[in-house]
Amino acid sequence: MDKQQLLEQAQSLREQAQALAERAGELAAQAAHMGTPAAEAAAVTGGTPFVVLFTAFVLACFVGYYVVWSVTPALHSPLMGVTNAISSVIIVGALIAAGPAGGDISKVFGFLAIVLASVNIFGGFLVTNRMLAMFKKKQK
Amino acid sequence: MQWAGFAYLIAAVCFIMALRGLSHPETARNGNRFGMVGMAIAVITTILMPNVVSYEWILIGIVIGGGIGAVIAKKIEMTALPQLVAAFHSLVGLAAVFVAAAAFYNPGAYNIGVAGDIAAASLAEMSLGTAIGAITFTGSIVAFGKLQGIFGSKPLVFSGQHMLNAGLGILLALLIVWFCVDQAPWLFWAIVLLSFAIGFLLILPIGGADMPVVVSMLNSYSGWAACGIGFTLANTALIITGALVGASGAILSYIMCKGMNRSIFNVILGGFGGESASSAGAGGDDDRPVKSGGPEDAAFMMKQAESVIIVPGYGMAVAQAQHALREMAELLKANGATVRYAIHPVAGRMPGHMNVLLAEANVDYDDVMELEEINRDFAKTDVVFVIGANDVTNPAAKTDKASPIYGMPILNVEDAEQVLFVKRSMSPGYAGVQNELFFRDNTTMLFGDAKKMCEDIVKALGG
Repeated sequence: MDKQQLLEQAQSLREQAQALAERAGELAAQAAHMGTPAAEAAAVTGGTPFVVLFTAFVLACFVGYYVVWSVTPALHSPLMGVTNAISSVIIVGALIAAGPAGGDISKVFGFLAIVLASVNIFGGFLVTNRMLAMFKKKQK
Repeated sequence: MQWAGFAYLIAAVCFIMALRGLSHPETARNGNRFGMVGMAIAVITTILMPNVVSYEWILIGIVIGGGIGAVIAKKIEMTALPQLVAAFHSLVGLAAVFVAAAAFYNPGAYNIGVAGDIAAASLAEMSLGTAIGAITFTGSIVAFGKLQGIFGSKPLVFSGQHMLNAGLGILLALLIVWFCVDQAPWLFWAIVLLSFAIGFLLILPIGGADMPVVVSMLNSYSGWAACGIGFTLANTALIITGALVGASGAILSYIMCKGMNRSIFNVILGGFGGESASSAGAGGDDDRPVKSGGPEDAAFMMKQAESVIIVPGYGMAVAQAQHALREMAELLKANGATVRYAIHPVAGRMPGHMNVLLAEANVDYDDVMELEEINRDFAKTDVVFVIGANDVTNPAAKTDKASPIYGMPILNVEDAEQVLFVKRSMSPGYAGVQNELFFRDNTTMLFGDAKKMCEDIVKALGG
């Protein structure tokens, strides 16, 4: 073998290596892509396909309808207070966002949402409690 | 991880029990405790999840927010309750936007994909939750401003605003669809900013006394925003709770609208109140004579009365007259009269506001009646004492087809033997129409500040 042939072999090996590297890249992308449906499936069918979520939603609407109509008009203000407080259960989403170690923009958003939701949770339940305390039966 | 799902279900059930407790004052306080327990369960369950590890940051966030919330709750005056509720709604709206943003930038944390490659369905839910949350945020801030008196209470109408709002709505829908196809960050933030603008523009034109409907509506929106985020995160606690809150707000809005006999569209899209009414009652009729009297006349009339009904309204809240009013009622009761209170559904600036203020003044809740319960009794009543209410007593609502308040259910105050009307002056109320009640023979106007009038009557009654 002379220098020329060695050079050519090296060249073709290089090209092959490049082609393999590209192929590997493609496969990695595919794998990532396949990971997403799997992750989706986990979120979507980890016991909770969309239909089940939607079922819960519809049933909750019905429950809400009947429960809220049974609230006496005198207590409509505490009702607003309580519903405001419980709507802060969105803190669950915020906790998951701020949860992971390390720091990124998502974590900042999560932290801010935790602060906002906490104001509502404590403020909402405490102000409702204050209102309800005033409705105690008066001692004659 | 299945146990987390069960824990969230228990939390949701606790929330349902909290609402159920509000069917009666006796069970209400326990209900509120259920709510607190449910929230604690939801929070602790989430903190115990394996990928939630930044405990320091979480603790700091909760302590800061909780501290602020607790201080506000302890210090707020009950008369400022509507503003407080509006302000709190804005926080939920903004929190929803932030959680959606967190999900957008780090979907892996929620198992909905990798950044840049989220499923269209998740994007749709995310953008809906974001849009509704953003609208709730700015809308509630405007509502707060109107209630606090920072923005003018008069409706701010300008020509072309309906076209503008409709156009913005269509633009928002288009952006959302585009976002579901091409999940670019700029689209996400465009949706947020546009929704902020819509919330602002939607609530700004609405007059101050329509705020009961607006606050209820925003209450509802905050629930639907939480729902949207709940679908995005596949979290049943959020979905169920969001639906409960959404339904609650919607029902309250419906009750308020029925109480005014106006459709929700009329309230949202109308610039009601503040316009000069074209019907009879405006202008020339202001010259009609009215019988007016002072605290001694009032005290004299009420001493003879066997039955008295008090009709409180927003004016009583503004004047902080509820305590003096209750003192007056106590003296009348000691004198042997039956004293009850009649609350119109849209009295005050928030559903149930009057009831809370009376409870704060130590009025027994059994003496406080709703419109349907007490309306027939006005005909058998000796004296009606109207303090701070106006449009809800105007008989023109039953007779004058051209009146802007025609058809609104009112308290049948005019059926009583005698009516005492406490008012600062003869200026028309929120609806801009003159109250026919003032000009009747059995009505005596008591001009003056509500609180001072009550205090003077107390003195005249010998208290």
